[in-house]
Amino acid sequence: MLNYDIVIIGGGPAGLAAAIKAKEEGIDNILILERDSVLGGILNQCIHNGFGLHTFKEELTGPEYAQRFIDKVIDMEIPYKLNTMVININSDKTIIAVNEEEGLLEINAKAIVLAMGCRERPRGAINIPGDRGAGIFTAGTAQKFVNIDGLMPGREVVVLGSGDIGLIMARRMTLEGAKVKAVVELMPYSSGLKRNIVQCLDDFNIPLKFSHTVINIKGKYRVEGVTIAKVDKNRKPIKGTEEYIKCDTLLLSVGLIPENELSRNAGIMLSNITGGPIVNESLQTNVEGVFACGNVLHVHDLVDFVTIESYNAGKSAARYIKGQRFSNEGSIKIEAKDGVRYTVPKSINIDNVEKMVQLRFRVSNVYKNSHVSVYFDDIKEIYKKKKILTPGEMETVIITNEMLKKYMDTRKITVRIE
Amino acid sequence: MSDKLELTCIGCPMGCQLEVEIENKKIIKVKGNSCIRGEIYAKKECTNPTRIVTSSVCVENGVIDVVSVKTEKDVPKNKIFKVIDELKDVAIKAPVKIGDIIVENVANTSVNVVATKNVKAR
Repeated sequence: MLNYDIVIIGGGPAGLAAAIKAKEEGIDNILILERDSVLGGILNQCIHNGFGLHTFKEELTGPEYAQRFIDKVIDMEIPYKLNTMVININSDKTIIAVNEEEGLLEINAKAIVLAMGCRERPRGAINIPGDRGAGIFTAGTAQKFVNIDGLMPGREVVVLGSGDIGLIMARRMTLEGAKVKAVVELMPYSSGLKRNIVQCLDDFNIPLKFSHTVINIKGKYRVEGVTIAKVDKNRKPIKGTEEYIKCDTLLLSVGLIPENELSRNAGIMLSNITGGPIVNESLQTNVEGVFACGNVLHVHDLVDFVTIESYNAGKSAARYIKGQRFSNEGSIKIEAKDGVRYTVPKSINIDNVEKMVQLRFRVSNVYKNSHVSVYFDDIKEIYKKKKILTPGEMETVIITNEMLKKYMDTRKITVRIE
Repeated sequence: MSDKLELTCIGCPMGCQLEVEIENKKIIKVKGNSCIRGEIYAKKECTNPTRIVTSSVCVENGVIDVVSVKTEKDVPKNKIFKVIDELKDVAIKAPVKIGDIIVENVANTSVNVVATKNVKAR
């Protein structure tokens, strides 16, 4: 049995930042467990630029951003195990992990930071009818093939879904010589960032078809083409709008799911909206001493926000080791209403707040010239004008300690779009 | 004659909606930006659009077979494919370090292509 103060599950951007912060807060007995052969997580294959503007005030590529944190972890001599797969977490915070060299490991942790990230929704999650030939990949798988292994998954490509990875891959495949015939999006708007639509599609004249979906895949051994169709308000294909596109590859960028099988085994309550753990202001789950951050908590679009969140989780874990407890007794519940899909965190206990709480959320539709409002019971305290709100971009409101003190007896905070 | 042009700033992931007022081919006013980068981008995008190009090149004898690279600065938008073309047959020997120059003065842009990943030798 190994004993650690803090064990961090996952060595991607979330896990690295949490580890660094916990160490800075004076906790030495930390261990990072990573299932891949390198630290850095998905950033290693995100070779495009645009990372780090908030954190470092300069524009980095994914691998460069990751390396800064990896260097720091090595510099600070934070222990980590690579090629190590965690197979179970118990609610008493014992961890079962396995790797080739040490075999089965039983690890006892006083605190755990969940930083396992997320994974892509595959074809099965959206049930596209048709043949099952080769050439159907999630965009992230194709990204790994191209950017890590140096292999091209195909020559003529259709991308289903305009999530960021799909947009990035449309450009990447184009640069490597493939012909991207269309990006097809079920919704009437993109779930990807604006800049990616400009830089990845517009720059290369790749058509983006909103309110369209793939209704059939043809090709018994290898994809030969896909049939797309326009969809109505209820996202059902409209008869007569079918169009056949010849292609040998279909990339799927149809959403990400936080990877929480381990959390579920540990008895951690998950949100049915985000798919991630329900956490309080200290990013603690319902299991005391277990914290969550990054894409395992809710899917982010900017790694910079993952870093900030994970610093907070690392800090909470360190405070927990030093004896602080983050009880939910007397907590103010946070309700997401009128266009706000969810909030992270779900509750605030004023006793645990140092200066402020960053409330992150996503909206359920595109809203132009509207306001983000925050109510303390019935009193509107925040009324922030927003030119545009889209489901693809995470929003933040800051709840300060002063606000919480001003409305001491608040029982519920409501966030809504007006 | 004044013209209005709408752009989406790509200076950072915020993606500010910019409105550029142009008169006699000169930029009079940039609106909608939340930082100076937006103004710089709008001016550039209307006169000399540029991009940072990221790609990958082959690695010999490395623990992985390709290393990611980028242009150190942004290059003219119409040179993107030229840059990619010059990277096509490049093969670099491991070890590679972040910042190592892979191609000097790529596509005559006076910009270098540098590695963005460390790759250890096998």
